[in-house]
Amino acid sequence: MYRIGTKPYPTKIMHDKLYELILRGERLDGRRPYDYRTIEIKTSIIEKTDGSALVNLGGTKIIAGVKTSLGQPYPDTPEQGNIVVNAELLPLASSFFEPGPPDEKAIELARVVDRCIRESKMLDLEKIVYIPGRTVLVVYIDVYVLDYDGNYFDPAVLASVAALATAKIPVYEVRDGEVVLSHEAKTSLPIRRFPVSVTIGLLGDKIIVDPTSLEESAIDTSIVLGWSQEDEVAAIQKNLQGLISFNVMDEIIRVSKEKANELRTRLMEAVGRVGIEP
Amino acid sequence: MEKAEQRLITEDGRRVDGRGLDEMRPVKIEAGVLDRSDGSAYIEMGKTKIYAAVYGPKEAHPRHLAQPHKAILNCRYHMASFSVEGRKAPGMTRREIELSKVIRQALESVVILEEFPRSAIDIFIEVIQADAGTRTAGVTAASLALADAGIPILDLCPGIAVGKVEGRIVLDPSEEEDKKGEADMPVAMAPRLDSIVLLQLNGRLRSEEFREALLLAKKGINVLYELQRKALSKKFASFSPMDEE
Repeated sequence: MYRIGTKPYPTKIMHDKLYELILRGERLDGRRPYDYRTIEIKTSIIEKTDGSALVNLGGTKIIAGVKTSLGQPYPDTPEQGNIVVNAELLPLASSFFEPGPPDEKAIELARVVDRCIRESKMLDLEKIVYIPGRTVLVVYIDVYVLDYDGNYFDPAVLASVAALATAKIPVYEVRDGEVVLSHEAKTSLPIRRFPVSVTIGLLGDKIIVDPTSLEESAIDTSIVLGWSQEDEVAAIQKNLQGLISFNVMDEIIRVSKEKANELRTRLMEAVGRVGIEP
Repeated sequence: MEKAEQRLITEDGRRVDGRGLDEMRPVKIEAGVLDRSDGSAYIEMGKTKIYAAVYGPKEAHPRHLAQPHKAILNCRYHMASFSVEGRKAPGMTRREIELSKVIRQALESVVILEEFPRSAIDIFIEVIQADAGTRTAGVTAASLALADAGIPILDLCPGIAVGKVEGRIVLDPSEEEDKKGEADMPVAMAPRLDSIVLLQLNGRLRSEEFREALLLAKKGINVLYELQRKALSKKFASFSPMDEE
Protein backbone atom coordinates (compact mmCIF):
# COMPACT_ATOMS: atom_id res chain seq x y z
CA MET A 1 0.00 0.00 0.00
CA TYR A 2 2.69 2.49 1.00
CA ARG A 3 5.85 2.73 -1.04
CA ILE A 4 9.31 3.99 -0.16
CA GLY A 5 9.29 7.45 1.35
CA THR A 6 5.54 7.84 1.12
CA LYS A 7 3.75 9.63 3.91
CA PRO A 8 0.28 8.84 5.26
CA TYR A 9 -2.26 10.23 2.79
CA PRO A 10 -3.41 13.28 4.79
CA THR A 11 0.23 14.30 5.29
CA LYS A 12 1.05 13.66 1.66
CA ILE A 13 -1.87 15.75 0.46
CA MET A 14 -0.79 18.61 2.74
CA HIS A 15 2.83 18.25 1.64
CA ASP A 16 1.93 18.38 -2.04
CA LYS A 17 -0.37 21.35 -1.49
CA LEU A 18 2.31 23.29 0.39
CA TYR A 19 4.86 22.48 -2.30
CA GLU A 20 2.49 23.59 -5.04
CA LEU A 21 1.92 26.88 -3.20
CA ILE A 22 5.61 27.44 -2.52
CA LEU A 23 6.41 27.14 -6.23
CA ARG A 24 4.20 30.22 -6.66
CA GLY A 25 5.82 31.88 -3.64
CA GLU A 26 2.74 31.43 -1.48
CA ARG A 27 1.76 29.79 1.80
CA LEU A 28 -1.50 28.63 3.37
CA ASP A 29 -1.74 31.58 5.77
CA GLY A 30 -0.98 34.15 3.09
CA ARG A 31 2.67 34.65 4.00
CA ARG A 32 5.48 34.53 1.49
CA PRO A 33 8.13 31.80 1.99
CA TYR A 34 10.59 33.94 3.96
CA ASP A 35 8.04 35.85 6.08
CA TYR A 36 7.78 35.55 9.84
CA ARG A 37 4.40 35.70 11.52
CA THR A 38 3.75 38.81 13.61
CA ILE A 39 6.03 39.09 16.60
CA GLU A 40 5.18 40.72 19.92
CA ILE A 41 7.72 40.96 22.72
CA LYS A 42 6.71 42.12 26.21
CA THR A 43 9.26 42.31 28.99
CA SER A 44 9.12 42.52 32.80
CA ILE A 45 5.77 40.83 33.18
CA ILE A 46 6.47 38.61 36.20
CA GLU A 47 7.42 40.71 39.24
CA LYS A 48 8.93 37.83 41.21
CA THR A 49 11.60 37.16 38.59
CA ASP A 50 14.80 39.11 38.02
CA GLY A 51 13.81 39.34 34.38
CA SER A 52 10.98 38.00 32.24
CA ALA A 53 9.51 38.20 28.78
CA LEU A 54 6.47 37.00 26.91
CA VAL A 55 6.75 36.44 23.18
CA ASN A 56 3.91 35.87 20.76
CA LEU A 57 4.93 34.58 17.37
CA GLY A 58 1.69 34.20 15.46
CA GLY A 59 -0.19 31.59 17.48
CA THR A 60 2.80 30.44 19.48
CA LYS A 61 3.13 31.96 22.93
CA ILE A 62 6.20 31.50 25.11
CA ILE A 63 7.22 32.92 28.46
CA ALA A 64 10.76 33.02 29.84
CA GLY A 65 11.77 33.89 33.38
CA VAL A 66 15.24 34.62 34.71
CA LYS A 67 16.23 34.11 38.33
CA THR A 68 19.68 34.37 39.82
CA SER A 69 21.35 33.07 42.94
CA LEU A 70 24.83 32.57 44.32
CA GLY A 71 26.43 29.21 43.70
CA GLN A 72 29.62 27.34 42.99
CA PRO A 73 31.25 27.46 39.57
CA TYR A 74 31.77 24.28 37.55
CA PRO A 75 35.21 22.76 38.24
CA ASP A 76 36.33 23.26 34.61
CA THR A 77 35.30 26.95 34.54
CA PRO A 78 36.25 28.30 38.00
CA GLU A 79 36.30 31.88 36.74
CA GLN A 80 32.89 31.94 35.04
CA GLY A 81 29.32 32.29 36.22
CA ASN A 82 26.83 29.56 35.34
CA ILE A 83 23.86 29.49 33.01
CA VAL A 84 21.17 26.86 33.57
CA VAL A 85 18.40 26.56 30.98
CA ASN A 86 15.27 24.50 31.41
CA ALA A 87 12.30 24.30 29.05
CA GLU A 88 8.89 22.74 29.36
CA LEU A 89 6.31 21.98 26.70
CA LEU A 90 3.28 22.49 28.90
CA PRO A 91 0.24 20.30 28.29
CA LEU A 92 -1.95 23.42 28.20
CA ALA A 93 -0.09 24.52 25.07
CA SER A 94 -1.12 21.71 22.78
CA SER A 95 -2.88 18.36 22.75
CA PHE A 96 0.43 16.93 21.48
CA PHE A 97 2.20 17.73 24.76
CA GLU A 98 1.84 15.51 27.80
CA PRO A 99 2.39 16.19 31.50
CA GLY A 100 5.51 14.77 33.10
CA PRO A 101 9.24 15.39 33.24
CA PRO A 102 10.80 17.05 30.15
CA ASP A 103 10.85 14.64 27.22
CA GLU A 104 13.43 14.58 24.43
CA LYS A 105 11.79 17.53 22.63
CA ALA A 106 11.76 19.71 25.75
CA ILE A 107 15.35 18.74 26.51
CA GLU A 108 16.35 19.56 22.94
CA LEU A 109 14.62 22.95 23.15
CA ALA A 110 16.40 23.79 26.41
CA ARG A 111 19.75 22.70 25.03
CA VAL A 112 19.33 24.67 21.79
CA VAL A 113 18.36 27.82 23.74
CA ASP A 114 21.34 27.20 26.03
CA ARG A 115 23.65 26.81 23.01
CA CYS A 116 22.41 30.04 21.40
CA ILE A 117 23.06 31.98 24.61
CA ARG A 118 26.25 30.24 25.71
CA GLU A 119 28.05 29.85 22.38
CA SER A 120 27.21 33.36 21.22
CA LYS A 121 28.91 34.59 24.42
CA MET A 122 25.88 36.78 25.01
CA LEU A 123 26.69 37.14 28.71
CA ASP A 124 30.16 38.06 29.92
CA LEU A 125 30.32 35.20 32.41
CA GLU A 126 33.65 36.36 33.78
CA LYS A 127 32.00 39.51 35.12
CA ILE A 128 29.65 37.58 37.40
CA VAL A 129 32.37 35.89 39.46
CA TYR A 130 32.67 37.08 43.06
CA ILE A 131 35.25 34.68 44.49
CA PRO A 132 37.00 32.69 41.72
CA GLY A 133 36.56 28.95 42.13
CA ARG A 134 34.11 29.45 44.99
CA THR A 135 31.25 31.86 44.52
CA VAL A 136 29.69 32.94 41.24
CA LEU A 137 26.30 34.05 40.02
CA VAL A 138 24.07 31.27 38.70
CA VAL A 139 21.61 32.47 36.07
CA TYR A 140 18.54 30.26 35.71
CA ILE A 141 16.50 30.63 32.55
CA ASP A 142 13.17 28.83 32.53
CA VAL A 143 11.20 28.63 29.31
CA TYR A 144 7.54 27.64 29.20
CA VAL A 145 5.60 27.04 26.00
CA LEU A 146 2.07 28.28 26.74
CA ASP A 147 0.41 27.98 23.36
CA TYR A 148 1.85 26.07 20.45
CA ASP A 149 1.32 26.69 16.76
CA GLY A 150 4.70 25.56 15.43
CA ASN A 151 8.27 26.81 15.82
CA TYR A 152 8.96 27.04 19.53
CA PHE A 153 12.70 27.58 19.06
CA ASP A 154 12.70 31.16 17.77
CA PRO A 155 10.26 32.66 20.31
CA ALA A 156 12.01 30.72 23.11
CA VAL A 157 15.34 32.32 22.20
CA LEU A 158 13.70 35.74 21.79
CA ALA A 159 11.97 35.47 25.19
CA SER A 160 15.11 34.21 26.95
CA VAL A 161 17.34 36.91 25.47
CA ALA A 162 14.77 39.64 26.16
CA ALA A 163 14.40 38.44 29.76
CA LEU A 164 18.19 38.42 30.24
CA ALA A 165 18.66 41.80 28.59
CA THR A 166 16.07 43.46 30.83
CA ALA A 167 16.92 41.56 34.03
CA LYS A 168 17.81 43.50 37.16
CA ILE A 169 20.00 41.54 39.53
CA PRO A 170 21.08 42.32 43.10
CA VAL A 171 24.52 43.82 43.62
CA TYR A 172 26.87 41.68 45.69
CA GLU A 173 30.15 42.63 47.30
CA VAL A 174 32.95 40.65 48.88
CA ARG A 175 33.51 41.50 52.54
CA ASP A 176 36.06 39.57 54.66
CA GLY A 177 36.11 36.76 52.13
CA GLU A 178 32.34 36.43 52.15
CA VAL A 179 29.90 37.47 49.44
CA VAL A 180 27.19 39.70 50.87
CA LEU A 181 24.25 41.58 49.43
CA SER A 182 25.05 45.25 48.88
CA HIS A 183 22.59 48.06 49.55
CA GLU A 184 23.19 49.48 46.09
CA ALA A 185 20.37 49.59 43.59
CA LYS A 186 19.95 46.57 41.34
CA THR A 187 22.09 46.27 38.23
CA SER A 188 21.92 44.72 34.76
CA LEU A 189 23.57 41.52 33.60
CA PRO A 190 26.75 41.99 31.53
CA ILE A 191 25.27 41.68 28.01
CA ARG A 192 27.57 41.58 24.99
CA ARG A 193 25.40 40.30 22.13
CA PHE A 194 21.83 39.60 21.16
CA PRO A 195 21.61 36.08 19.72
CA VAL A 196 18.50 35.08 17.79
CA SER A 197 17.50 31.83 16.14
CA VAL A 198 15.82 31.24 12.80
CA THR A 199 13.86 28.05 12.14
CA ILE A 200 13.72 26.89 8.56
CA GLY A 201 11.47 24.21 7.12
CA LEU A 202 12.26 22.42 3.88
CA LEU A 203 9.88 21.13 1.25
CA GLY A 204 12.17 19.36 -1.15
CA ASP A 205 14.75 22.02 -1.93
CA LYS A 206 12.36 24.89 -1.16
CA ILE A 207 12.75 26.89 2.03
CA ILE A 208 10.06 28.25 4.31
CA VAL A 209 10.78 30.33 7.40
CA ASP A 210 8.94 30.02 10.73
CA PRO A 211 6.66 27.03 9.96
CA THR A 212 3.27 26.75 11.69
CA SER A 213 2.29 23.44 13.30
CA LEU A 214 0.23 22.60 10.22
CA GLU A 215 3.29 23.17 8.03
CA GLU A 216 5.53 21.32 10.50
CA SER A 217 3.37 18.23 10.10
CA ALA A 218 4.03 18.11 6.36
CA ILE A 219 7.54 19.49 5.76
CA ASP A 220 10.38 17.15 4.79
CA THR A 221 12.80 18.37 7.42
CA SER A 222 13.73 21.37 9.52
CA ILE A 223 16.82 23.15 10.81
CA VAL A 224 17.36 25.83 13.46
CA LEU A 225 20.22 28.31 13.16
CA GLY A 226 21.28 30.57 16.02
CA TRP A 227 23.04 33.74 14.91
CA SER A 228 25.11 35.56 17.53
CA GLN A 229 25.64 38.69 15.47
CA GLU A 230 25.89 39.89 11.89
CA ASP A 231 27.55 37.10 9.88
CA GLU A 232 28.31 34.83 12.83
CA VAL A 233 26.39 31.61 13.36
CA ALA A 234 26.79 30.17 16.87
CA ALA A 235 24.41 27.22 17.07
CA ILE A 236 22.79 24.86 14.60
CA GLN A 237 20.39 22.00 15.14
CA LYS A 238 18.83 19.89 12.42
CA ASN A 239 15.78 19.00 14.49
CA LEU A 240 13.65 16.68 12.37
CA GLN A 241 14.31 13.54 10.36
CA GLY A 242 14.83 13.97 6.65
CA LEU A 243 17.45 14.84 4.07
CA ILE A 244 18.88 18.29 3.39
CA SER A 245 20.43 18.45 -0.04
CA PHE A 246 24.03 19.64 0.30
CA ASN A 247 23.56 22.42 -2.24
CA VAL A 248 20.62 23.99 -0.37
CA MET A 249 22.88 24.84 2.58
CA ASP A 250 24.15 28.06 0.99
CA GLU A 251 20.59 29.33 0.61
CA ILE A 252 19.73 28.26 4.17
CA ILE A 253 22.69 30.25 5.50
CA ARG A 254 21.86 33.30 3.37
CA VAL A 255 18.16 33.39 4.28
CA SER A 256 18.62 32.64 7.98
CA LYS A 257 21.30 35.31 8.31
CA GLU A 258 19.06 37.92 6.72
CA LYS A 259 16.08 36.95 8.88
CA ALA A 260 18.26 36.88 12.02
CA ASN A 261 19.30 40.46 11.45
CA GLU A 262 15.64 41.49 11.12
CA LEU A 263 14.71 39.63 14.31
CA ARG A 264 17.62 41.16 16.20
CA THR A 265 16.48 44.67 15.29
CA ARG A 266 12.98 43.87 16.58
CA LEU A 267 14.41 42.35 19.75
CA MET A 268 16.69 45.28 20.50
CA GLU A 269 13.83 47.70 20.02
CA ALA A 270 11.73 45.67 22.45
CA VAL A 271 14.41 45.74 25.16
CA GLY A 272 15.21 49.39 24.57
CA ARG A 273 18.72 48.95 23.21
CA VAL A 274 19.95 50.79 20.17
CA GLY A 275 23.60 49.88 20.22
CA ILE A 276 25.75 47.36 22.06
CA GLU A 277 28.61 48.55 24.22
CA PRO A 278 31.69 46.45 23.50
CA MET B 1 54.84 34.67 36.08
CA GLU B 2 52.53 34.15 33.13
CA LYS B 3 52.92 30.73 31.56
CA ALA B 4 53.15 30.87 27.77
CA GLU B 5 49.91 29.63 26.22
CA GLN B 6 50.50 26.32 24.45
CA ARG B 7 49.55 26.63 20.80
CA LEU B 8 47.29 23.96 19.30
CA ILE B 9 48.37 24.63 15.73
CA THR B 10 51.94 25.38 14.65
CA GLU B 11 52.93 28.01 12.11
CA ASP B 12 53.20 25.40 9.36
CA GLY B 13 49.69 24.04 10.05
CA ARG B 14 50.49 21.01 12.22
CA ARG B 15 48.26 20.03 15.11
CA VAL B 16 49.34 18.89 18.60
CA ASP B 17 49.05 15.22 17.64
CA GLY B 18 51.01 15.78 14.41
CA ARG B 19 48.04 15.77 12.06
CA GLY B 20 47.50 18.25 9.24
CA LEU B 21 44.40 20.46 9.36
CA ASP B 22 42.44 18.24 6.97
CA GLU B 23 43.62 14.94 8.38
CA MET B 24 41.43 12.65 10.49
CA ARG B 25 42.59 10.36 13.26
CA PRO B 26 43.35 6.68 12.48
CA VAL B 27 40.04 4.91 11.85
CA LYS B 28 39.07 1.28 12.27
CA ILE B 29 35.62 0.09 11.20
CA GLU B 30 34.26 -3.45 11.47
CA ALA B 31 30.84 -4.94 10.72
CA GLY B 32 29.23 -7.91 12.47
CA VAL B 33 31.02 -7.86 15.82
CA LEU B 34 28.24 -8.83 18.24
CA ASP B 35 26.63 -12.24 17.72
CA ARG B 36 23.24 -11.85 19.42
CA SER B 37 22.16 -8.76 17.53
CA ASP B 38 20.66 -8.77 14.04
CA GLY B 39 23.38 -6.38 12.90
CA SER B 40 26.32 -4.71 14.58
CA ALA B 41 29.41 -2.61 14.03
CA TYR B 42 32.47 -1.35 15.84
CA ILE B 43 34.34 1.88 15.19
CA GLU B 44 37.50 3.45 16.51
CA MET B 45 38.49 7.01 15.69
CA GLY B 46 41.66 7.72 17.57
CA LYS B 47 40.78 6.86 21.16
CA THR B 48 37.01 7.04 20.59
CA LYS B 49 35.65 3.48 20.69
CA ILE B 50 32.02 2.62 20.00
CA TYR B 51 29.83 -0.43 19.51
CA ALA B 52 26.49 -0.27 17.73
CA ALA B 53 23.85 -3.00 17.53
CA VAL B 54 20.53 -3.32 15.73
CA TYR B 55 17.61 -5.52 16.78
CA GLY B 56 14.63 -5.93 14.52
CA PRO B 57 12.43 -5.37 12.70
CA LYS B 58 10.34 -6.87 15.47
CA GLU B 59 7.02 -6.28 17.17
CA ALA B 60 6.62 -2.71 18.44
CA HIS B 61 6.32 -2.28 22.19
CA PRO B 62 4.21 -0.85 23.70
CA ARG B 63 1.66 -1.72 21.01
CA HIS B 64 0.10 1.73 20.75
CA LEU B 65 3.39 3.11 19.40
CA ALA B 66 3.13 0.92 16.31
CA GLN B 67 2.46 2.83 13.09
CA PRO B 68 0.10 1.38 10.48
CA HIS B 69 2.22 2.43 7.53
CA LYS B 70 5.82 2.08 8.71
CA ALA B 71 8.23 0.78 11.31
CA ILE B 72 9.24 2.96 14.25
CA LEU B 73 12.91 3.48 14.99
CA ASN B 74 14.19 3.56 18.55
CA CYS B 75 17.68 4.76 19.28
CA ARG B 76 19.70 4.88 22.46
CA TYR B 77 23.06 6.62 22.49
CA HIS B 78 24.75 5.87 25.78
CA MET B 79 28.19 6.39 27.26
CA ALA B 80 29.73 3.84 29.59
CA SER B 81 30.52 5.31 33.00
CA PHE B 82 34.24 4.65 32.50
CA SER B 83 34.32 6.16 29.00
CA VAL B 84 35.31 9.65 30.17
CA GLU B 85 37.85 11.26 32.52
CA GLY B 86 36.48 10.76 36.00
CA ARG B 87 33.29 8.72 36.16
CA LYS B 88 29.99 9.48 34.50
CA ALA B 89 26.77 8.59 36.31
CA PRO B 90 25.49 5.46 34.56
CA GLY B 91 21.98 6.72 33.68
CA MET B 92 20.93 8.78 30.68
CA THR B 93 21.99 12.44 30.91
CA ARG B 94 20.17 15.28 29.11
CA ARG B 95 23.01 15.33 26.59
CA GLU B 96 22.57 11.62 25.85
CA ILE B 97 18.81 12.05 25.45
CA GLU B 98 19.34 14.89 22.96
CA LEU B 99 21.99 12.97 21.01
CA SER B 100 19.80 9.85 20.90
CA LYS B 101 17.14 12.04 19.27
CA VAL B 102 19.36 13.64 16.62
CA ILE B 103 21.00 10.30 15.77
CA ARG B 104 17.61 8.59 15.49
CA GLN B 105 16.38 11.35 13.18
CA ALA B 106 19.53 11.06 11.07
CA LEU B 107 18.92 7.34 10.60
CA GLU B 108 15.16 7.75 10.04
CA SER B 109 16.16 9.78 6.99
CA VAL B 110 17.67 6.72 5.29
CA VAL B 111 15.95 3.61 6.68
CA ILE B 112 13.12 2.47 4.43
CA LEU B 113 10.68 2.18 7.32
CA GLU B 114 7.68 1.67 5.01
CA GLU B 115 8.92 -1.87 4.31
CA PHE B 116 7.99 -2.93 7.84
CA PRO B 117 4.60 -1.57 8.88
CA ARG B 118 3.57 -2.05 12.54
CA SER B 119 7.07 -3.05 13.64
CA ALA B 120 10.02 -1.54 15.50
CA ILE B 121 13.74 -1.37 14.87
CA ASP B 122 15.96 -0.80 17.91
CA ILE B 123 19.40 0.75 17.62
CA PHE B 124 21.81 0.77 20.54
CA ILE B 125 24.99 2.81 20.52
CA GLU B 126 27.39 2.25 23.39
CA VAL B 127 30.37 4.58 23.71
CA ILE B 128 33.01 2.59 25.59
CA GLN B 129 35.61 5.33 25.33
CA ALA B 130 34.86 8.96 24.50
CA ASP B 131 37.56 11.13 23.00
CA ALA B 132 35.60 13.65 20.86
CA GLY B 133 33.44 12.92 17.85
CA THR B 134 31.31 10.28 19.56
CA ARG B 135 27.95 11.21 18.03
CA THR B 136 29.31 11.19 14.49
CA ALA B 137 31.25 7.96 15.05
CA GLY B 138 28.03 6.62 16.59
CA VAL B 139 26.00 7.40 13.45
CA THR B 140 28.74 5.90 11.29
CA ALA B 141 28.67 2.66 13.30
CA ALA B 142 24.87 2.56 13.64
CA SER B 143 24.23 2.95 9.91
CA LEU B 144 26.75 0.18 9.23
CA ALA B 145 24.99 -2.02 11.80
CA LEU B 146 21.69 -1.40 9.95
CA ALA B 147 23.29 -2.50 6.69
CA ASP B 148 24.80 -5.51 8.48
CA ALA B 149 21.31 -6.43 9.72
CA GLY B 150 20.10 -6.45 6.12
CA ILE B 151 17.63 -3.65 6.78
CA PRO B 152 16.94 -1.71 3.58
CA ILE B 153 18.48 1.76 3.68
CA LEU B 154 18.83 4.46 1.04
CA ASP B 155 22.47 4.89 2.01
CA LEU B 156 25.02 4.51 4.77
CA CYS B 157 25.48 7.61 6.96
CA PRO B 158 29.11 8.32 7.66
CA GLY B 159 29.62 11.24 10.00
CA ILE B 160 32.50 13.37 11.20
CA ALA B 161 33.01 16.56 13.18
CA VAL B 162 34.79 19.65 11.96
CA GLY B 163 36.06 22.32 14.30
CA LYS B 164 37.51 25.78 14.43
CA VAL B 165 40.72 25.93 16.38
CA GLU B 166 42.80 29.07 16.71
CA GLY B 167 41.01 30.54 13.73
CA ARG B 168 41.59 27.52 11.47
CA ILE B 169 39.03 24.99 10.28
CA VAL B 170 40.15 21.46 11.19
CA LEU B 171 38.82 17.98 10.44
CA ASP B 172 37.94 15.57 13.24
CA PRO B 173 38.91 17.65 16.30
CA SER B 174 40.58 15.86 19.19
CA GLU B 175 39.16 16.20 22.68
CA GLU B 176 41.64 18.97 23.51
CA GLU B 177 40.83 20.86 20.30
CA ASP B 178 37.11 20.44 20.95
CA LYS B 179 37.46 21.81 24.50
CA LYS B 180 39.73 24.74 23.72
CA GLY B 181 38.55 25.47 20.19
CA GLU B 182 36.07 28.09 19.05
CA ALA B 183 33.59 25.78 17.33
CA ASP B 184 32.60 22.15 16.90
CA MET B 185 30.29 21.04 14.11
CA PRO B 186 29.18 17.40 13.79
CA VAL B 187 27.95 16.46 10.31
CA ALA B 188 26.59 13.18 8.93
CA MET B 189 25.58 12.64 5.33
CA ALA B 190 24.01 10.18 2.95
CA PRO B 191 26.83 10.56 0.39
CA ARG B 192 25.11 8.83 -2.52
CA LEU B 193 22.23 11.31 -2.20
CA ASP B 194 24.60 14.22 -1.50
CA SER B 195 22.39 15.07 1.47
CA ILE B 196 22.89 16.00 5.09
CA VAL B 197 21.18 13.80 7.69
CA LEU B 198 22.69 15.24 10.88
CA LEU B 199 23.97 18.74 11.49
CA GLN B 200 24.72 20.57 14.70
CA LEU B 201 26.97 23.43 15.64
CA ASN B 202 28.41 24.50 18.96
CA GLY B 203 30.45 27.65 18.68
CA ARG B 204 30.88 30.58 16.41
CA LEU B 205 31.57 30.54 12.66
CA ARG B 206 31.33 33.23 10.01
CA SER B 207 29.24 32.11 7.03
CA GLU B 208 32.36 31.75 4.87
CA GLU B 209 33.94 29.52 7.54
CA PHE B 210 30.74 27.52 7.75
CA ARG B 211 30.94 26.77 4.01
CA GLU B 212 34.59 25.77 4.33
CA ALA B 213 33.77 23.53 7.32
CA LEU B 214 30.94 21.81 5.48
CA LEU B 215 33.18 21.04 2.49
CA LEU B 216 35.91 19.71 4.78
CA ALA B 217 33.37 17.49 6.55
CA LYS B 218 32.29 16.11 3.18
CA LYS B 219 35.87 15.19 2.42
CA GLY B 220 36.18 13.20 5.65
CA ILE B 221 32.77 11.65 5.13
CA ASN B 222 33.80 10.27 1.74
CA VAL B 223 36.81 8.56 3.32
CA LEU B 224 34.64 7.00 6.05
CA TYR B 225 32.06 5.93 3.45
CA GLU B 226 34.72 3.92 1.63
CA LEU B 227 35.84 2.30 4.92
CA GLN B 228 32.23 1.39 5.78
CA ARG B 229 31.77 -0.29 2.41
CA LYS B 230 35.04 -2.19 2.83
CA ALA B 231 33.94 -3.38 6.27
CA LEU B 232 30.70 -4.69 4.77
CA SER B 233 32.44 -6.42 1.86
CA LYS B 234 34.91 -7.98 4.28
CA LYS B 235 32.18 -9.38 6.45
CA PHE B 236 30.06 -10.71 3.61
CA ALA B 237 33.05 -12.04 1.63
CA SER B 238 33.58 -14.69 4.32
CA PHE B 239 29.85 -15.12 4.89
CA SER B 240 28.41 -18.50 4.19
CA PRO B 241 24.85 -19.46 5.06
CA MET B 242 26.15 -22.78 6.41
CA ASP B 243 28.05 -20.99 9.19
CA GLU B 244 24.88 -19.48 10.60
CA GLU B 245 23.31 -21.31 13.55
